[in-house]
Amino acid sequence: MTTLPTTHAAPHDAPEHGGHDAHGEHAKYPFLQHHFDTPAHQFGSAKLGMWLFLATEVLFFGGLFVAYAVLRARFPEVFSYASHYLNTIMGGVNTCVLILSSLTMALAVRFAQTNKKNAMLLCLVLTFMGAVGFMVIKYFEYSHKIHQHLVWGKTFYVPPDDAGGEAEKLVLSKAPELPAALVVANPAGPAIPAFEPIPAVEVSAIKAANKAPSGLSTPREQAKEEGLPVASHDAALEHPSLHLSDPKMPANTHMFFAIYYCMTGLHGIHVLAGMVMLAWLIWRGARGDFNSNYFTPVDVGGLYWHIVDLVWIFLFPIFYLIH
Amino acid sequence: MAHNTSHEHNASSEPHPLVGHLVPMWLLFGVGTSLLVLTAITVAVRYIDVGEFNLVIALGVAVVKATLVALFFMHLKWDRPFNLLTFVGSMAFVVLMMAFCLMDTGQYRASQFKGNPPDVESTLQANAPGAPVARFKPDAP
Amino acid sequence: MTTIHAPRPTALEVQTDNYLTHSRGFLSWALTLDHKRIGVMYMVGVLASFFVGGMFALLVRTELLTPGQTIPGVTADVYNQFFTLHGAIMVFLVIIPSIPAALGNFVLPIMLGAKDVAFPRLNLGSFYLWVFGACFTLVSLAMGGFDTGWTFYTPYSTTSPAGGVIPVLFGVFVLGFSSIFTGMNFIVTVHKLRPPGMTWFRMPLFLWAIYATAIIQVLATPVLAITLMLLVIERTINIGIFDPSMGGDPVLFQHFFWFYSHPAVYIMILPAMGIISDLISVHAHRHIFGYKFIALSSIAIAIFSFLVWGHHMFISGQSPLLNTLFSLISFSVAIPSAVKVFNWLTTLYKGNISLTTPMLYALSFLVLFTIGGLTGIHLATLNTDVHLHDTYFVVAHFHYVMMGSALIGMIGGLHHWWPKMTGKMYSEALGSTACVIIFIGFNVTFFTQFYLGSKGMPRRYYDYQPEFQVYHVISTLGSYFMASGFFLTAYCLISSLIGGRKAPANPWGGGSLEWQCDSPPPHDNFATQPSVGDCYDFRSLRWDEATQGYVIDPVLAAEAAKHPLH
Repeated sequence: MTTLPTTHAAPHDAPEHGGHDAHGEHAKYPFLQHHFDTPAHQFGSAKLGMWLFLATEVLFFGGLFVAYAVLRARFPEVFSYASHYLNTIMGGVNTCVLILSSLTMALAVRFAQTNKKNAMLLCLVLTFMGAVGFMVIKYFEYSHKIHQHLVWGKTFYVPPDDAGGEAEKLVLSKAPELPAALVVANPAGPAIPAFEPIPAVEVSAIKAANKAPSGLSTPREQAKEEGLPVASHDAALEHPSLHLSDPKMPANTHMFFAIYYCMTGLHGIHVLAGMVMLAWLIWRGARGDFNSNYFTPVDVGGLYWHIVDLVWIFLFPIFYLIH
Repeated sequence: MAHNTSHEHNASSEPHPLVGHLVPMWLLFGVGTSLLVLTAITVAVRYIDVGEFNLVIALGVAVVKATLVALFFMHLKWDRPFNLLTFVGSMAFVVLMMAFCLMDTGQYRASQFKGNPPDVESTLQANAPGAPVARFKPDAP
Repeated sequence: MTTIHAPRPTALEVQTDNYLTHSRGFLSWALTLDHKRIGVMYMVGVLASFFVGGMFALLVRTELLTPGQTIPGVTADVYNQFFTLHGAIMVFLVIIPSIPAALGNFVLPIMLGAKDVAFPRLNLGSFYLWVFGACFTLVSLAMGGFDTGWTFYTPYSTTSPAGGVIPVLFGVFVLGFSSIFTGMNFIVTVHKLRPPGMTWFRMPLFLWAIYATAIIQVLATPVLAITLMLLVIERTINIGIFDPSMGGDPVLFQHFFWFYSHPAVYIMILPAMGIISDLISVHAHRHIFGYKFIALSSIAIAIFSFLVWGHHMFISGQSPLLNTLFSLISFSVAIPSAVKVFNWLTTLYKGNISLTTPMLYALSFLVLFTIGGLTGIHLATLNTDVHLHDTYFVVAHFHYVMMGSALIGMIGGLHHWWPKMTGKMYSEALGSTACVIIFIGFNVTFFTQFYLGSKGMPRRYYDYQPEFQVYHVISTLGSYFMASGFFLTAYCLISSLIGGRKAPANPWGGGSLEWQCDSPPPHDNFATQPSVGDCYDFRSLRWDEATQGYVIDPVLAAEAAKHPLH
């Protein structure tokens, strides 16, 4: 589909429309499509369409929020524990970046409405830069975590360079004993201790929150103190699964990272899509398509960008800010 | 059909748009600042232990922030009520789904068996090695 | 009333100025933004998929003729693929898009008096999404097919060795977005493009049904999309959210899936109910009874549909509390459904019924939907469901509502609007014969399955006890009979394209706006803005021998205007 402004006038090349055309509106406003009566009619329809799309986005993310809630209700200790591996500073900075880009997007809409083309373009470019900044920070967060082997699924326990499965055995050796009742009921129980959630994790036992960003480097020291097996050579410092020697690690910690990557990953994809949309808006804006009468793409594009911000506003506290 | 042309009259001398609502600059910047302040607050609260209320406060602040964005940045305050209904309605459906799912998983959680009973496990190992319910084995590669 | 039958262009001009002849060439169709052409393209795609899905159904039925292997080469694994493909194609490629996307696209803007849908480009886009989704399904066949059942339950879907599971998950994901965009488009169209005079309560009931459907499409389908994405992630990188051995929860998958898929069964049935409301009123030539009740019951069903999904999970490990809640709420769906049935019956009462082919389909719908709906009550009851769950009783129940109601409604609507879409009349004799054959074949096929199910024959089984064989044979023979009815329908409709008599503007005596424009409609739908009245007030219509159709009689119209119905 071409997006040339001339095609906005009439997708159908039929010259005659009867009836309820507000006469002259189509001649006066070349962007007005043939099946709408007035610019306000077209604008209102586009907005309603966009809001319906945003409703689908809410439910799209909503599925993951439900999964999050169910998992968190099931493994509160996992979320309390694993949250401290997330970098609150980076997350907080990213929140601010998105809020500021939302502000510049809202300003861009206002400048489009007031025919200030250059100011609008500046704001759109700033919004785009905000998106780039968000993704760059996200990239550093992800690569850091993947390097530290804070990943999803069974690979959370089995680092790729741990051929002997030493790390996994370490986890299992530290797994809590089963309650006596369960052992009687299920003699095979002790063989599968990794599934037993720790009944109660005293909050104070978890690393202090303000040490969280540096928490990745402490387990080795702790492990030494507690006499756990730690490779002696220096390369161990680079071992990508230091979290495994954390004696406080509850079972199923990988679940936190699974849902973390799902939700922030899906959000990241939406940011990327938003960058494509912003680039398109900048291109059209630079060409002079928008003015105080016709700025629908900027407005509905802005709505999309704000919902991306909105989702992050919820993602930030539910992942980064668990006490 | 009423169209959502803006009939709000601002004190400013800006040209009045044909469609949409012109949000004053001070309001946009005010909302932006409030959002940043609220972010700082919610980060600060994380370091204070108020038990269960940490989650409540974090979510409460997030809801306030989301409301600010929706009302002012997304123009919902001046938009047609149906758009507001669409948005709030969609969230209500998420809450509905979450409520039922949480209620259900909370109910059956106690009866969930962690892993397989031994007889099931031995049968599975004999008849369906690698079956999806196979347990997490310490010596797995 | 405008005099649409007043000075007419010459016959030659009428023939050249319709949407079919407006422009020519492949690209004029492939890139069209005309909702009528998009509707026709959808219809062709949907009917082709219906043929493929039907073939798989016949293969399944043939395989079940004898216990054990019947068709050489069809092992249990191949059989699993057959019924999975039958289910997935029929649900995602046929029934869900059939009425809203195919018939709805064609009829909705014309009924509304609009020139097009609100977003014509999005409309074309959603058609191509449908095509991509269908292609993905074909790709999955080439990559080894899939045997998970159309519900993709975990852990089957995360562990099945079949190679086509991921492509089909992507395919259904894409199809979901096609459905979402169609729904969005229709909601905006109904809200924004109603011409002056077309108030909410003057809309034909088909539009109310499509509107209610669109609400479900917009609100429920995204949840399916994210569920399928989670399945793809689960299958590729094994994150464990649905895997109990990793702390996940397979029942959560069922919650997610049915949060979409239960509303989705109303995406299938609601538009058919809308069609039936119109068919019954038009072909009985009597004002619809209880217009507002039918209209609002559509909305009520749309809302209720979100509250009952757990009745699919009574024996899946769902908690007793939720079982009870969902069972109770499920009963309440019977209320708006029964409101509709009673109103349809009351419309028929003392009506001047023409037993045309569409009317025969509407009457079939009434019978089959009532049976399907009432057996639904058995299944919503907790303790009977424990016995009947996952047996042929369930298979029979949902075929009565999905096929006997939704598809029969679609075929009835196709016959109703066929003259409008193609400008040709089909043979009534052939059409009604085919309808009777389908009706008989359907009941032979599926009523037997109620019995089979209540005796304990589980669904999806390749093999069965020998004492069930006689019922399986009856059911299979019924399915062959029904298939012959569908082939006869196809012959009847296709032959009308070649040798059919030219259709008048209003062959049935309908009062809604689409009958005020020519058959087939011109490119812009209406030469002049049509006047909007009560679309179920048929008193001003008179049979006209010359055109073999109904026309508005000025005398009768004046008489009717003196005595308004309400």
